[in-house]
Amino acid sequence: METTLANLKRGERAIIRDVSSREIPLKLLEMGCLPGNFVELVQLAPFKDPMYLNINGSHVAIRKETAVHILIEKVDE
Amino acid sequence: MSKQINVALIGNPNTGKTSVFNALTGLNQKVGNYPGITVEKKEGICKLPRGVKAHIIDLPGTYSLNASSLDENVVIELLLNKNDKDFPDIAVVVSDVENLKRNLLLFTQIKDLEIPTLLVINMADRMRYKGISLDIDYLEKQLQTKIALVSTRKKEGIDTLKQLISNYKDLSITPCLNASEIDKDYFDSLRHAFPNQLLYKLWLVITQDVNFGKTDRNEIEAVANFKTKSKIDLKRLQQKETIKRYQFINHVLKVGQTIDISQAKDLRTKLDRILTHRVWGYLIFFLILLTIFQAIYDWSSVPMDFIDNTFALLSEWVKDKLPSGAFTNLLAEGIIPGLGGIVIFIPQIAFLFLFISVLEESGYMSRVVFLMDRIMRRFGLSGKSIVPLISGTACAIPAIMATRNIESWKERLITILVTPFTTCSARLPVYLIIIALVIPEGRILGLSYQALTLMLLYLIGFLTAIISAAILNKILKIKSKTFFVVEMPNYKLPLFKNVVLTVVEKTKAFIFGAGKIILAISIVLWFLASYGPGDNFNDAEAIVKKQYSNENLSQEDLQHHIAAHKLEHSFIGITGRTIEPLIRPLGYDWKIGIAIVSSFAAREVFVGTLATIYSVGNDDEATIKNRMAAEVNPILGGPLFTFASGISLLLFYAFAMQCMSTLAVVKRETNSWKWPVLQLTIMSGFAYFVALIAFQFLK
Repeated sequence: METTLANLKRGERAIIRDVSSREIPLKLLEMGCLPGNFVELVQLAPFKDPMYLNINGSHVAIRKETAVHILIEKVDE
Repeated sequence: MSKQINVALIGNPNTGKTSVFNALTGLNQKVGNYPGITVEKKEGICKLPRGVKAHIIDLPGTYSLNASSLDENVVIELLLNKNDKDFPDIAVVVSDVENLKRNLLLFTQIKDLEIPTLLVINMADRMRYKGISLDIDYLEKQLQTKIALVSTRKKEGIDTLKQLISNYKDLSITPCLNASEIDKDYFDSLRHAFPNQLLYKLWLVITQDVNFGKTDRNEIEAVANFKTKSKIDLKRLQQKETIKRYQFINHVLKVGQTIDISQAKDLRTKLDRILTHRVWGYLIFFLILLTIFQAIYDWSSVPMDFIDNTFALLSEWVKDKLPSGAFTNLLAEGIIPGLGGIVIFIPQIAFLFLFISVLEESGYMSRVVFLMDRIMRRFGLSGKSIVPLISGTACAIPAIMATRNIESWKERLITILVTPFTTCSARLPVYLIIIALVIPEGRILGLSYQALTLMLLYLIGFLTAIISAAILNKILKIKSKTFFVVEMPNYKLPLFKNVVLTVVEKTKAFIFGAGKIILAISIVLWFLASYGPGDNFNDAEAIVKKQYSNENLSQEDLQHHIAAHKLEHSFIGITGRTIEPLIRPLGYDWKIGIAIVSSFAAREVFVGTLATIYSVGNDDEATIKNRMAAEVNPILGGPLFTFASGISLLLFYAFAMQCMSTLAVVKRETNSWKWPVLQLTIMSGFAYFVALIAFQFLK
């Protein structure tokens, strides 16, 4: 099922399908947020924002407003 | 003469780069700023085998050569400027074994600049624990470099690293990637326009918003103007480049690295579950803050009292032992108390930096940023603003410098503007002495009134910072893309050596930075208070004797009256009386006026100034506090320091922007006079207004 990263739930894993390069900082891409890579939601701050993610082995926190520009496909486990 | 080789240490943040730097240089290091900017410059000397010396520069941590902050600009600027005296003979890229993939991105970029590049894989002692194994020979061949496996914690691999650095001439400078692959036509035209330049270097110059030194200027401008692509197209190409690099890296690591996930026991997950928890996380953070404040104010009181007494004794000793005269007075009444006023802050500053560096080193600070971001954002701040706001309780100068990693300009600017409201340690001496004077000793529910007042003042400072941030957020019309990417590093036990070096270095920076100003002011003040124009000052003795000729004054009282008369007609007395009408509505007399004016440079000067004013020409040992309590209000009669004038002073010092060094740093960090001038006007205007209202209501 294709959706955005903002809809990932705690502990869920997904594959990144597409990133909007207009909206996403290059830094995030360099940290591994690229199509084809795995992403997992590690922890959510209160009010579900920011999101603490494991992207391709990089542990990063990003805001929800960024996460909506990353298309993902959830992986069933 | 053996040549000194330049070594640049480069790496992602949180890879233990500083530990490698400390291991190589030990105490042979110094910290400064890059010329013209406040980015920290750390360099040191390392002795290599065969008598070679290496000059090592620890560059700011960066994820790639695509700069998004001033810190990162420094890295590219150095790597692209062959004429810089620090241009590296060898680049040492420090990576961390667990994040090798991401770290190699930066490595391949630097390699493509055709600089001899060495790869350090740090934290090698964790490999087995994490189930990672590396085929070093294969990696060296594929990456065309030498690899040093290092563990700074276990002190392993440093000698090998030194050996490899000294053999830097053997390193291959073949690029890992061919930059032109990402857009052949574009790069062909680029090569055509600048045939003698390295292609990847050209590409970096075009895509970076960096001010490239003075050298090569014309040429660089020409390249930077080579625009056939829009910004968004360039960004797309940068993305393509990133993907290409990762493809190469993945390909190399597929064979060169194996990870047995079942081996990895994850401490991070367990700790994160508690430390970033929506209830426990905040509770733990609150407890940590409490401990820090306890340390700053309680634990440091012992060494502070000791320093205070030592300087008082020293001053007396100088007066006793040296022949009396102007120089002795300058030493005993100007310089020694002035120095004491600086040294007394060492314990507090050291405690604060001790805690902050432990929290940073352990990886905890990123968790605080994560927890606080949403809350801080409501006020136009970033989660990252929490670090400056906490550091601000020691000193606003390092705090403002700590805003550099905030990506959004608007959030960063607001943080810079509001940070001086947080109660820095320079306000503390002012608060303590006035509280002791005007707040009664008594307790309510077991808490002393005086302690409560102090706590209230801290709260006022923090709340004012937050509220003014919210207001600025509404007023400032700055469009800046707010993005927020924070790496959550692995938890680490802080290295003792790193913590100690940070504390020493930051404390030194404070002492020498603020110290110079404070010392200079104490000397100037002493002069202004010891000399004056005209007969009123010079013939003080005759005038006073005549004035009191009918009264039978003791010798001691007479001397006191003479001293007071002299002070009133000294240069400083004249200045104070000139501004008196302006400050009288706040409940202050001209002596307080002098103290306020002189403490515009730095708040802690207030107490020192009063000490100077009250001790000039006076030999008795009464403390400043007793002297202040005895002061009489020249107009209203009664004690000068009443509840009303005391509260008015406390509030004035809570809000007024009285720190030249902070203003200077704000100017440098915002690169304009507009912000520090606004900050000064608004904060001091507000302080005057609040103090005025407080005094008028309470008197």
